[in-house]
Amino acid sequence: MKHPTARLYINRIILYCVLGLFTVLFLLPVYMTVVTSLKQPADINLATSWSLPNPVFLKSFSTAWKLLGPNLKNSLILSFSATIISAFIGSINGYVFSKNKFKGSDLIFTLILFGMFIPYQIILIPLFQTLKTIGLYGSISGLILAHVVYGIPIVSLLFRNFYDQIPNDILESARLDGAGFFYIFSHIMLPLSVPGFVTVGIWQFTQIWNEFLWGITLTKQSSNPVTVGLSQLAGGQAVSWNLPMAGAIITAFPVILIFIFMGKYFIRGLLSGSVKG
Amino acid sequence: MIDQRKNTVISIVILLPSILLVGIFVYGFIGNTIVVSLTDWGHALGGLSLHPQKNFVGLQNYRDLFTNFIHGRFRQDLINAVFYSIILMAGALSLGFFFAVLLDRKVRGEGFFRTLFLYPMALSFIVTGTIWRWLFAPSGGFNIIPTFFGGEPVDFLWISSRKRVLSFNWQNLPQIFFTAAAIFFTVVILQQLITRSDKHRLRNLIIWGVSVLYVVVLHRLLPPILPVEELHGYNLATLGISIASVWQYAGYTMALYLAGLRALPESLKESAQLDGAGEFLFYWKIAIPNLKPITLSAVIVLAHISLKMFDLIYAMAGADNANTGHPSINMYLTTFRANNFAVGAAMAVILFILAAFFIIPYLVNTHREMR
Repeated sequence: MKHPTARLYINRIILYCVLGLFTVLFLLPVYMTVVTSLKQPADINLATSWSLPNPVFLKSFSTAWKLLGPNLKNSLILSFSATIISAFIGSINGYVFSKNKFKGSDLIFTLILFGMFIPYQIILIPLFQTLKTIGLYGSISGLILAHVVYGIPIVSLLFRNFYDQIPNDILESARLDGAGFFYIFSHIMLPLSVPGFVTVGIWQFTQIWNEFLWGITLTKQSSNPVTVGLSQLAGGQAVSWNLPMAGAIITAFPVILIFIFMGKYFIRGLLSGSVKG
Repeated sequence: MIDQRKNTVISIVILLPSILLVGIFVYGFIGNTIVVSLTDWGHALGGLSLHPQKNFVGLQNYRDLFTNFIHGRFRQDLINAVFYSIILMAGALSLGFFFAVLLDRKVRGEGFFRTLFLYPMALSFIVTGTIWRWLFAPSGGFNIIPTFFGGEPVDFLWISSRKRVLSFNWQNLPQIFFTAAAIFFTVVILQQLITRSDKHRLRNLIIWGVSVLYVVVLHRLLPPILPVEELHGYNLATLGISIASVWQYAGYTMALYLAGLRALPESLKESAQLDGAGEFLFYWKIAIPNLKPITLSAVIVLAHISLKMFDLIYAMAGADNANTGHPSINMYLTTFRANNFAVGAAMAVILFILAAFFIIPYLVNTHREMR
């Protein structure tokens, strides 16, 4: 029989080997993207697709930047406005659903939550028609409206779960002092809500930034978001791959930045959005 | 008490805009799509005109989708969707659980690995799809990795293969379904006879009887659902897209399971240790059953993601690739390229019904737990 510590030691080595293997697997796509984006179009061929760029060619980034520029601007306007509006709707809704429950409020909450799980194809045709009727089809405002409305379920859920963690005692004592609905919201809840707003803001921003279906069905060339821009950059059969790869890096950049520096909040949003509690 | 009532009134007023918006944009629009799916809007030219022709045609669009030979692609799309969903769920759940178990043992640099496995999820399907399309290029990317170790290059076409396995004739679909049901309920009934339990025995007997009746008698009397034989099956071209989807969402289930494992009471782990249960038994007998609620909500979210795979398929294979099709892609082409709104709506309704099988029980359950 082996010495127990020796066995433990071997187990640790196996554990790190397996983790190392998966690390490589998860980083290969990143490696491929970076090296391809730094190659000259003439240097890109399938047989040498894994080799390092020689010489390093940076021009794809400026070209992609120029091509995606208008789309990036659209996506920034879209993501920031829709995120800010829906965060405020979420905070006041969450306040009601968590701290001002009334008979039937849980049922209303569940019925609203339903909107977050539907496949969006089921509302696409009437949404398209409605935006056309009210003159918002093909505009960024139309897209903002869609993201705000269909964001209501998730932001209400995230804020409700966040406010559930704030103890009721604080509110009770304020109520005994005669504080009303709005006073409690603005003077007690909102000051405590900063982490909630960060979580919801980050979650909504990345979701809206990454969205594609509405981008391709509800916008025109001039209002295309960046995902649509990238798909056009990469579309077509005879593309030289340096450009889509540089475009992919540019498109992913804001989201990766958020993920690296505020990953904690991203994960918090992810957990609280799927585990009720 | 008056204060309480005042608060309730304010609460309702605050919620009113959200209720109205969700009421119209979710429930109203779903109703509208169902109505559109029962018309012939867009069958003829001019679907986009100001006052398009919309006549009520009943379930004609649905009948066409399932039985008309021109919609053969849609039927393959449905089969693809089932496989996309199953592979995404099975792959992301098992790989994510595996990652969580690995990281749950005081790994050095845990934060790094967590970030690494989770970063794909923060990216848009369009970004990852563009990258994976290049990785799965026919004679480059992953296919030439074996040559670095002295092996032969792989010649599998991950996205453009034309091969199909597990083929079956769509005409036999009802028989396959009812035979499976008959076998399943035979087992259930036998088990009940052995254990002498009466749970739903009558219901099970009825379903068993109907299934057997169909397989033995009815299908010979009914007209075939398709006039000609039509083969469908698992398209190997969907494999590349499925792999990319698992790669992107394994980190998500890992994060859920890791949080779940950490939240397991210490006493559970200790008692397992005291009993001398091995680690494998601990995860199998204690962790997995205790994490069931997490698995459930992960399944719901992954089911939703698999219906959203529109983006990934669009970026990896393009909308026009029939082998990798998905009902959502077909809905997009039918509605926005062919302007056949009624048939597009019917496809959307079918997708919605598939999703509802998952959502409605989940929401009913969540609602019950809230009270």
